[in-house]
Amino acid sequence: MIKNKHGRTAALFIAPSFLPLIAFFILPMLAAGVLSFTSWDLLSPPQWIGLDNFRELIVDKDFLLSLRNTLLFIAGYLPLVYFLGLAAALALNRKFKGSTGLRAAYFLPVVTSWVIVALLWKWILNPNGGLVNSGLAAIGIEGPGWWASKEWSMISVIVPSAWKDLGYVMLILLAGLQAIPPEYKEAASIDGASKRQILFRITLPLLTPATFFVLVISLINNFQVFDQIWVMTEGGPEGSTSVVVQQIVKNSFEYGHMGYASALSMVLFLIIMIITAAQVRLQKRWVKYE
Amino acid sequence: MLFPFLWMVSSSLKNSVEAFATPPTLFPKEPTLENYRNVFRLLDMPRLFLNSIVVSLVCVFLQLATSALAGYAFARLQFKAKNAIFLVYLATMMIPFQVIIVPLFIGMRQFGLIDSYVGMGLPMIASAFGVFLMRQAMLAIPRELEEAAILDGANHFRLFFSVALPLCIPTLAALGILSFMSVWNAYLWPLVIIFSPEKMTLPLALSNLHGENLTDWPMVMAATTIATLPIAIVYLILQKQIAQSFLTAGLKG
Repeated sequence: MIKNKHGRTAALFIAPSFLPLIAFFILPMLAAGVLSFTSWDLLSPPQWIGLDNFRELIVDKDFLLSLRNTLLFIAGYLPLVYFLGLAAALALNRKFKGSTGLRAAYFLPVVTSWVIVALLWKWILNPNGGLVNSGLAAIGIEGPGWWASKEWSMISVIVPSAWKDLGYVMLILLAGLQAIPPEYKEAASIDGASKRQILFRITLPLLTPATFFVLVISLINNFQVFDQIWVMTEGGPEGSTSVVVQQIVKNSFEYGHMGYASALSMVLFLIIMIITAAQVRLQKRWVKYE
Repeated sequence: MLFPFLWMVSSSLKNSVEAFATPPTLFPKEPTLENYRNVFRLLDMPRLFLNSIVVSLVCVFLQLATSALAGYAFARLQFKAKNAIFLVYLATMMIPFQVIIVPLFIGMRQFGLIDSYVGMGLPMIASAFGVFLMRQAMLAIPRELEEAAILDGANHFRLFFSVALPLCIPTLAALGILSFMSVWNAYLWPLVIIFSPEKMTLPLALSNLHGENLTDWPMVMAATTIATLPIAIVYLILQKQIAQSFLTAGLKG
């Protein structure tokens, strides 16, 4: 009874958040699990079809393409946002005139909605008359079709995404940098180490926990990328930027294959979990918690 | 870094000829407010703002209230299955939204909540992350303060409102900012559940502004400028706190 001393009170305190979370997250999650083994078009009752959805998605060309695109997106986005964020964090690590203002400037895109960012960059990268192509035309170069072309569409969605998230990555890395005791760097430079040596031998290794965090969060978030790509290209042209989440949305809301869409979402979830678990395992190899 | 925003504003003040000019100009030679007039003609801006503001404020308030209550319970109360229940909260945080979007939609349909404000807001009234943050904050409150109140005969509700809550205001503020941004900028769920133009939120309506073929870009830029203003203003005022919120959340989460 002592263990449950505040049972009734606790129930009142917990219920307002617990019940909605159960209703809107846990139950749908379980339902999605069950749905993935069915075929349902919302009109007639769902049919149990066992593993058929999973057998189908393994050979689904659209899904496989979207998986490839998602991986491509991440492969382009991650180095870009990390190295730019790192450069910014390193540059802004000291307090100089306007450093607070600059830090603030980097963060404004972070708080802006993806829709606004996507529309803005769609205009900047507009093949006809957008800032980039107009600027190129002024010096006699014909700019590419950016988001309207198959070859450049992926880059066209990667750049705005990195631009928007840069501030967040910078913030995390900056906090990591500021946690490094200055004595380490001072001792090293007294010993005659060059700036470059300090950077690579001391700063970066001590930054690995923050880097790890950025890596894990970015991967989890960007496997689920959707908003900005949908607004910029709707997955086109010709499926060159179609991502997994778009396939889920398409299969459920456009085709009405609720069971299949659920199966896709479960697979996505599984992929994210496996990759996150692998990262957590691997951190012993390269993350230095000094 | 901020240049794209400048370009956005600059484009919004250009007429359709100058917007496409080569070479591009930063300061419009013939600035015009025509685009802004068009936005107001095409979109019911006051309505959209109202929708976004109401949905955001209501959801944020509920998130703060429910999270603070649960956070207090986990920090100060003893009850059966406390750890198991907390694990359930944690598990919720790991569920990607795309996994639940289909069942959620189906569920909403069963209850006739498609294309409704309630349907749009319900999934956003509680936050497992909020509970996590508030629990951390409440755990940090020195027990002496509560012990004094208990000696005076206060029950837990009293303790919560008079002692714990006031001491957690910084965390509540941080959580409020993060929640507000997340609800205000929400796109996928409103996209899926709302059809009527009069119920749309700002991001939703904005994305409808550009069509398959001819897009009036200067006008779209005017619309996005208007939409960015509230966030920009809030941001400029609360810069420090916002960065702090992300850090607290990011490094602990």
